[in-house]
Amino acid sequence: MRTLIFRTVAPFLSSLMILFSVFVLLRGHNEPGGGFIGGLIAASALAIYGIAFGVSPVRRAIRFHPMALAGFGLLLAAIAGILSIFSHVPFLTGLWIYPKIFGVEVALSTPMMFDIGVYFVVFGSITSTALALEERERD
Amino acid sequence: METAMAFLTGLFFATSLYLMLSKHIIRVLLGVAVLGNAVNLTIFTTGRLTREIPPIIPDDAVVPIDAIANPLPQALVLTAIVISFSFFAFLLVLVFRSYQELGTDDTDEMREAEPVDEPAPPLGY
Amino acid sequence: MTFYALFLPFVVALFAPALTRILKHNAAWVLALAPAALFVHFLGFLGAVADGGRVTGGVQWIPSFNVNFSWMIDGLSLTFALLISGIGTLIVLYSGGYLKGHKHQGRFFSFILMFMGSMQGLVLSDSFLMLFVFWELTSITSFLLIGFNHAEERSRRSAIQALVVTGLGGLSLLAGLLVIWNITGVSEMSLLLSTGNLLRDSPFFIAAFVLVLGGAFTKSAQFPFHFWLPNAMEAPTPVSAYLHSATMVKAGVYLLMRLNPVMGDTVAWETVLPIFGGVTLIAGTLLGARQTDLKLMLAYTTMASLGLLVMLTGFGTEGAIAGAVLYLIAHSMFKGGLFMVAGNVDHEAGTRDITRLGGLAGAMPVTFVAALFAAISMGGLPPFVGFLAKEEIYYGLAKGDTWSVVFTIVAIVGNALMFVLGFAVALKPFLGPKVETPKHAHEGPVLLLAGPVVLALGSLFFALFSGWSHEHFSTPMASAVMGHAAEITISIIPHLGLALYLSLGTIALGVLLYLSLAKIRSGMAALLAGIGWGPDRGFDQAIVGIVKLSVAVTRLVQRGRLEFYITATLIFLALAILVPMGIAGEWPAVPAFPDLYFYEWLLVLIAVLGLFAVIWARNRLTAIVSLGIQGFAVAVYFMLLGAPDLSFTQFMVETLSVVILALAMTRLRLSPQDHRSAVQTVTDGIIALAAGGALTLLLLRVLETDFDASLTEFFNEYSLQIAHGRNIVNVILVDFRGIDTFGEIAVVMTSGLAILALIRVLPRRSRSALSEPPKNPQNAGEAV
Repeated sequence: MRTLIFRTVAPFLSSLMILFSVFVLLRGHNEPGGGFIGGLIAASALAIYGIAFGVSPVRRAIRFHPMALAGFGLLLAAIAGILSIFSHVPFLTGLWIYPKIFGVEVALSTPMMFDIGVYFVVFGSITSTALALEERERD
Repeated sequence: METAMAFLTGLFFATSLYLMLSKHIIRVLLGVAVLGNAVNLTIFTTGRLTREIPPIIPDDAVVPIDAIANPLPQALVLTAIVISFSFFAFLLVLVFRSYQELGTDDTDEMREAEPVDEPAPPLGY
Repeated sequence: MTFYALFLPFVVALFAPALTRILKHNAAWVLALAPAALFVHFLGFLGAVADGGRVTGGVQWIPSFNVNFSWMIDGLSLTFALLISGIGTLIVLYSGGYLKGHKHQGRFFSFILMFMGSMQGLVLSDSFLMLFVFWELTSITSFLLIGFNHAEERSRRSAIQALVVTGLGGLSLLAGLLVIWNITGVSEMSLLLSTGNLLRDSPFFIAAFVLVLGGAFTKSAQFPFHFWLPNAMEAPTPVSAYLHSATMVKAGVYLLMRLNPVMGDTVAWETVLPIFGGVTLIAGTLLGARQTDLKLMLAYTTMASLGLLVMLTGFGTEGAIAGAVLYLIAHSMFKGGLFMVAGNVDHEAGTRDITRLGGLAGAMPVTFVAALFAAISMGGLPPFVGFLAKEEIYYGLAKGDTWSVVFTIVAIVGNALMFVLGFAVALKPFLGPKVETPKHAHEGPVLLLAGPVVLALGSLFFALFSGWSHEHFSTPMASAVMGHAAEITISIIPHLGLALYLSLGTIALGVLLYLSLAKIRSGMAALLAGIGWGPDRGFDQAIVGIVKLSVAVTRLVQRGRLEFYITATLIFLALAILVPMGIAGEWPAVPAFPDLYFYEWLLVLIAVLGLFAVIWARNRLTAIVSLGIQGFAVAVYFMLLGAPDLSFTQFMVETLSVVILALAMTRLRLSPQDHRSAVQTVTDGIIALAAGGALTLLLLRVLETDFDASLTEFFNEYSLQIAHGRNIVNVILVDFRGIDTFGEIAVVMTSGLAILALIRVLPRRSRSALSEPPKNPQNAGEAV
């Protein structure tokens, strides 16, 4: 699998896919997309990168253990739910704020935070699995 | 339309079950992968089918204008796909590991939990 | 206060082991404060119940089912509560001496306090459900106490036997209470007692009656459920003294007395109870006469006494009830005392075999006097409460009709035999020539003596001041049992009359039998040897039978072969769908030929080819690729049917599946080919087609029904308005059904963790197909 072409293209492909996954994640609320699909795309990106260069560079690239990312995602989703406590509404009720950042109105919401959590859980869990299997591939 | 999907779903089921009836654990695994698709198709089909119009509200409307595809089964199936994938990955690793540990891919020979000559329990108190 | 009183023993039980670790056996003095406090607390209710009054209270427990945590204190439950807490205090002290130095003494204290709490809850319960819960708690705690010496198989057997018999009885009781609840519509004892004839007149009365008796008779060891009681003597003596004389076995009698106002005075009640009680009385005394073990002799007299109580309760006349009430009080005191005496003898002399004991009176004078007092009460001689009881019993029973005459004779014979056994236990070990015992006998410490002495004196005072004790205890209790005001006036001054003559006859018969005890013993032994089989052996046979049956069933069903499990499941699946469809005639209509576009047909074809290719793949690459093909076909479907989200997800998932499958399979060296024989292929094919076909039919049938789109409409309507999202699928996922999704990502994460764990576990054996090189430690450390 480690042909020159593949190894040359892989970094660009992976970066583009990661970028695309974030795009898909953020537009998910209004267009097709969302956390699940975004997480899967990001996981595939890392899988490709791993196949091209081996597992260690991937692990270095993401800095954290993928399961830690998944745990972070689950925590984020839980926090998105618990935030509703401060507004005296039931668990996981959607809350929206519209702050102005550089003059542009940005919609921030707990469902979005929740979706980012989903993204990280899917991304982390599947990357962890793929990397673990790839790692064994070589020993 | 739904009829065709019903028959196709049935075929998915029959294929996956046939694979799962094998003694070979790798075929059981393939069967589980197909079974996931079969179940997803079932949920999707029972929600009734609509061609080509995704359940997205147009920019200038508050509610969908045309008849759109049923979003509920889609939401259910979306999570089901991811879950069945993680289940599949887990099974794959389990198969992999049990093959390493037990040195066989024949389910009949995997008798760790239920050995062939298991002694009868004691009859005392 | 009463609410906390109900929980006090359980709370103290929590701390008992720790306390015993600090104070050793002297913890008994502290722990006994708990039941003593309860005793004092309940004494405070004497005035309230004296003239038939009733104190109730409670909190809501499960309001939606109208179930309360409620209690009721009237003459009946108060007397019981006082006996339980009073004797309980003495038993805790006695346990301190008896199990001194035992390494699990703290555990024992804990168990006995929990038992006390359960028993107390049982007699104070007002709501049916609470009664049942405490009833079962007494079964469970007595299981723990009987099996206290759990290292011995005999103890384990006795404990299991008691649990099974009384536990089954408890279930029967629950069913009975539910029937009563259904008939009367009330779930509280205090309300039930004012329903009058409602229960008696119901066509389901017999059902309720039989089910309740199932509970009462097993708990109170009535023939033929008596066998667990003597076996329970495996427990340490304090347990026997408490559970099997004063409390647990009285639970059944309590229940019968409690229900007497609403269930008594019927043909069933007045026939079944006296007959079973009478048989138990005679059987208990005869079986007891055979024994040489002090505790076993007492155990059988307990069974006999319970028989007598059930018989009297069933008789139902005011005199009989009064007799039952007095006898219950008397029995609790003298039997508790006698058991403790037997324990003292065992503890100090090293044996409780009556043929190896004698002449201990000099060495153990206090024990002897206490034993003698208890035996006098048991034998029905003045001036003890047992005498009052027996006089009252004869007053109640002795009438002119045949029925009464029969039971009077039964009572006389039973009482005479109990007289014999009581004095045998109290006299034989202490009088006569001194016999060499395993231990050098001497008087026990004060912890061991307090119980028997206090109980003996209690019996005496109750009788001497009968006016006071009737007013406070017996009369309110008898009134509660009768359901209307009753008066007990009997005192120790004998009145000439039939009852006195019958008493004298009983004593004469008793003395006669005492002298020929050895002969009765050998006669009974021969008789039982002749019969050879009893419910006790039957219990063993039943248990062995159940074990064998379950082994056979397990061997039949749990073959240890995955193939068998899947085959059985699929066949059952197909039948579960097809049979009801066939029976109800709910087959789907023959569907019209589907109108698909050309490209849709093409897609169906690709999917079908993919599926077949998976089955017939000759090498693993083909299998993996074919698996991908059918998956991608599904993804394209989702796209065509207006589900882009699903489509993308499916594409990604299928890609990743193929990748990880390829990663794993290249190392597995597994051939995905089928190795099934032709016959096997055909059978499996038929099963798979049957199950798949059944599912197709089901799906077709479902598609024929009208679609309820209300949920979908709700989501369509409000997706933008209240959740601010245009992609309805995503809104459902992250907002409307967020908690569902939350659970699902938790599952994804868990499976990720499980996979990591599975991969990281080092291979156990080296016979792996892959010659695994030693792990690179740097690599492993990095990955974990």
